[in-house]
Amino acid sequence: MSAVSPAFLALGESALLVRFADRMDPLAWRRVQALYRELAERPLPGQVELLPAYASLGICFDPLQTSRPAVEQGVRERMAAVREDAPLSGREVVIPVCYGGEFGPDLEAVADVHGLTPAEVVALHAGAEYTVYMIGFTPGFPYLGGLPPELATPRRETPRTRVPAGSVGIAGDQTGVYPFDSPGGWQIIGRTPLKLFQPDRDPPSLLAPGDRVRFAPISPEAWERWPEGGGRG
Amino acid sequence: MTVRVVQPGLFTTVQDAGRLGWRRFGVPVSGAMDPLALGVANRLVFNPPTAPVLEGTMQGPVLEFAADALIAIAGGEVCAEVDGVPLPLWRPLFIRAGTRLSLERMRSGCRMYVAIAGGWRVPQVLGSASTYTRAGFGGFEGRPLRAGDVLEAGHPATGARVWADRLRTLAERAGRAWAAPRWSASAMLRPAAGPLRVLPGPEWDKFTAEARDRLLNEAYRVTTQADRMGIRLSGPALTVAEPTSMLSEPVTPGTLQVPPDGQPIVLTADSQTTGGYPRLAVVIQADLPRLAQLVPGETVRFACVDEGVARAALTRVQQELRLLEAGLRLTL
Repeated sequence: MSAVSPAFLALGESALLVRFADRMDPLAWRRVQALYRELAERPLPGQVELLPAYASLGICFDPLQTSRPAVEQGVRERMAAVREDAPLSGREVVIPVCYGGEFGPDLEAVADVHGLTPAEVVALHAGAEYTVYMIGFTPGFPYLGGLPPELATPRRETPRTRVPAGSVGIAGDQTGVYPFDSPGGWQIIGRTPLKLFQPDRDPPSLLAPGDRVRFAPISPEAWERWPEGGGRG
Repeated sequence: MTVRVVQPGLFTTVQDAGRLGWRRFGVPVSGAMDPLALGVANRLVFNPPTAPVLEGTMQGPVLEFAADALIAIAGGEVCAEVDGVPLPLWRPLFIRAGTRLSLERMRSGCRMYVAIAGGWRVPQVLGSASTYTRAGFGGFEGRPLRAGDVLEAGHPATGARVWADRLRTLAERAGRAWAAPRWSASAMLRPAAGPLRVLPGPEWDKFTAEARDRLLNEAYRVTTQADRMGIRLSGPALTVAEPTSMLSEPVTPGTLQVPPDGQPIVLTADSQTTGGYPRLAVVIQADLPRLAQLVPGETVRFACVDEGVARAALTRVQQELRLLEAGLRLTL
């Protein structure tokens, strides 16, 4: 890896935070992914679990089996051996989305904000390729990078108390998909029939960091006919 | 062996030691909010230490046992009653077939745990029996218990059968629906008093000196917004020196994060996996059981310790649990 050393921070006595950057930075993200893959394949002694985020990696460990300095030393040694330019084996996943109407109640509002027609918003949103930067917040929730800047829209002033599972939304310069019914303030422009998270599926999350995502517009009829649980895009 | 839920209580779920290895997909750890009570209750009925237990919240369930059972109740000080007679906690308890056990009132604390010999049988989801209600999976059908649910227990271990037989004889002699030994698990295994011990969090230095001072010297009140995901506190505002927007970074149960309103939230078992608020401190693992027992309206104080203290506290708990195991073997 490159010579710039990340910051090592304690997150309690049983987790170490390795921070490569404190802002969105594609290089920092690649370094997180490279280190994550290395430690997932060859865990450090006492390592319990890994939490990869945008530009940082959390390493949970058993403090009675190892110590933070030992984990930090282990990470430093591994980083010297890790190639961050190794190609990421992300898959290409196509997510069918029914835009607008009851599936995307905020589509027209988003179009109005940008002086576009709803069709133009759909064309822009479905025309871009997105990268899954991380899965977090809630099971299977993808943080996607690559939203066309023309579509960046602030959150709704009043969050909804219930956003249905599968809803595709925009918040600021991010787009994402709600895996479960939940409250939320994102601008909802459509909905996918795919299940982003199914605990009995292996892996349970439809998406993983590094995957490339495209959204494909489908009709309300196609949405209704979509097999329950959805397929792999 | 089955147990019928007569009254479900406020929020009763099946929990074990939690779901490890899935946080990379945004899946919270879950598991018993009070992992010490989980470990003690299971050991008292000769279960594996992380077998599934019932976790009741403030108002626990009323359970009806279809067959004789050996159980243990631990955690908060619940008024466990059979026919209005109080039952002792923190020890094996024989319950005769047909008995109704009420766990509806708490004397102190917030969460009580019921282990049954053989463990509560629910499907494993992603390697754990823990209920995660927000996504509706794990535990008993992914939800809190309801009246009329019928729970199943597994096969008791040899030690549990020995104790069930002994206590059955005692119960019969006394003409009672239950019996318990005179001894209980060591008081060392109950949550201690005093301030909650914390380590400085990743953004400790980003807060004003006044904020750090306040955290360690002022009392914070537990609000009604306290659940398995997090406990919102209210008290003197904690502010960062220079507000900046943060990238989402990992958080863990025990993390004390501070939203812009300055009122801290301590994340708990069902904590989200990542968050974007500055993390002022992290409660040490040995004190997580105490977080589980905080009741809305109660006040808490914090004390800063170092990692050595945190590890020593954890080591001491492990030693006490080993002593309990050894002691229990000697009773057979």
